[in-house]
Amino acid sequence: MIRAEGVGLHYGSSEDGADAAAPEVLQALSFSVPGGGWRWLLGPSGAGKSSLLRLLHVSARPTRGRLHLMGVDVGQARRRELPALRRRIGMVFQDFRLLAHLSVFDNVALPLRLAGRPEGQLRADVTEMLRWVGLSKVAAMRPTVLSGGEQQRAAIARAVIVRPLLLLADEPTGNLDDVQAERLMVLLREMNRLGTTVIVATHNMALVERHPGEALELARGRLVRDG
Amino acid sequence: MARVIAARRFDGLGLRHAPGWRILPLIVAAMTFLAALAIAGAQGAAELGRHWQQGAAATLTVQVPRPGTAPSPPVAAGETRRDRVAALLRGTPGIAAVRPLGDAELSDLLRPWLGSSAEQLALPLPAVIAVTVSGATGTVGGVDLAALAARLEATAPGTLVESHGIWVRRLALLADSLRLCALAALGLVAAVAGAVIVVATRAALASRRGVVETLHGLGATDFYVADRFARHACRAAALGGVAGLVLAVPVVVALTALAAPFVSPAPVEPGLPGWAELLATLPRLPPLLFWALPALPLSAAAIGYIAAQGAVRAWLRRLP
Ligand SMILES: Nc1ncnc2c1ncn2[C@@H]1O[C@H](COP(=O)(O)OP(=O)(O)OP(=O)(O)O)[C@@H](O)[C@H]1O
Ligand SMILES: [Mg+2]
Repeated sequence: MIRAEGVGLHYGSSEDGADAAAPEVLQALSFSVPGGGWRWLLGPSGAGKSSLLRLLHVSARPTRGRLHLMGVDVGQARRRELPALRRRIGMVFQDFRLLAHLSVFDNVALPLRLAGRPEGQLRADVTEMLRWVGLSKVAAMRPTVLSGGEQQRAAIARAVIVRPLLLLADEPTGNLDDVQAERLMVLLREMNRLGTTVIVATHNMALVERHPGEALELARGRLVRDG
Repeated sequence: MARVIAARRFDGLGLRHAPGWRILPLIVAAMTFLAALAIAGAQGAAELGRHWQQGAAATLTVQVPRPGTAPSPPVAAGETRRDRVAALLRGTPGIAAVRPLGDAELSDLLRPWLGSSAEQLALPLPAVIAVTVSGATGTVGGVDLAALAARLEATAPGTLVESHGIWVRRLALLADSLRLCALAALGLVAAVAGAVIVVATRAALASRRGVVETLHGLGATDFYVADRFARHACRAAALGGVAGLVLAVPVVVALTALAAPFVSPAPVEPGLPGWAELLATLPRLPPLLFWALPALPLSAAAIGYIAAQGAVRAWLRRLP
């Protein structure tokens, strides 16, 4: 599912000439995650967790090393192969990235529409998903009027609606109370049990202790724990 | 039904509220108006040029001094120089008609210069022969003027052949230049319209950057994202194109009606055209105008779509 070999990333570089002055935010990462696996992604603030998730989401390409995702070498792949790859990856961003001009319903329906699902066949799925995350009542509202926790749940619903093969979550419990966080963990565990590979970046060590699992731990851009 | 409306309202980018987008139809309308004038100008130049060339190229004037005397090697008894020159002209290939002007016609022609007493002046007037040349416009038919003049001179010394060919070449050049200028103006207008659309699209992109990046991250293809922008640009440009056309058609029709007497062989009432004449001109617009003008909004829409697609795709290349 995921295989990283000596992966490095630094920002401020476009395709080719890496800006030599900028430090690498990720250095020499080598690890692999099998299909259907679960990984916590741990590390202090600024360690590079979000940056690694960006690579796994193909929002950035590695500036060093090789990264294989679902059999695709993302460093070498043609640009036009990437959208299809991204559509099989669900991502819950740390800052949600809900589209402010669309209703909650349309935000959650967006990945299905991008995948070409006909209008007539998405309503039931979206309605069901909104019920699952407890947002049925606010489906018609704009995300900007929702509470932080509601926005987070909308972002999670949008990420899982296409039943991705790989689900990435960046601090998904950051704005949730314990009850909501537990509900989310049930959802993520369930998706994982059904075969989705799940990677969850978090600071919430209490949550990790309640749901033990394999972990990747970063410190200053390097992998310090794998397993 | 509600679902259809919901689907139509969904544009994924909220472009209806993007800044800089609303002025686009206005600019495209102005561009379309200018393009229509350029096309009408090109058409008018072509038509006037053709008409003038036909008129000027088709005629020669031959003057025979002392027309009543015998030609230098007399061919037939009693044949005058005038008859001989006319016969020679009739036998020249490329000449369609030869018509010696009668005395009355000649004095009509001279009256403005010599007054009504031209006949009484007893001046030795030359004979004037109007010659109509067949053949291609832009040259003086297939007639070799120098050779013709030499032959006439040999038969009837002092005979003058006056051609309008030099003006024809100038007129042809003028008409061609005007047409080229009009086409250049058309190309320029299209390029400016494209540039304006690119700038507006970039402004819209800048204000929608986060949305575009999110869509990209959710797996939208470049085509999908560019298509959202391009459809909006296409619609705005088409709207502007139609508005510009609506403004331009009355102007072009009025110009065509004004120019009609100078380009059409059909008799036209002198003076200014009335409403009826203007309306009657509409279906009789030259074929080029009849098809080119309605094509303008379509071209504007196409330019809008293509320019916006290109601008968005170029911008998206910065994302992986
Ligand atoms: N777009 C960017 N351009 C330049 N530098 C960046 C960019 N994004 C992150 N960085 C830098 O990369 C390093 C790692 O950041 P990252 O967001 O991956 O950390 P993180 O582990 O997710 O931290 P947190 O737990 O606070 O979210 C930081 O030093 C940050 O300043
Ligand atoms: Mg982070």
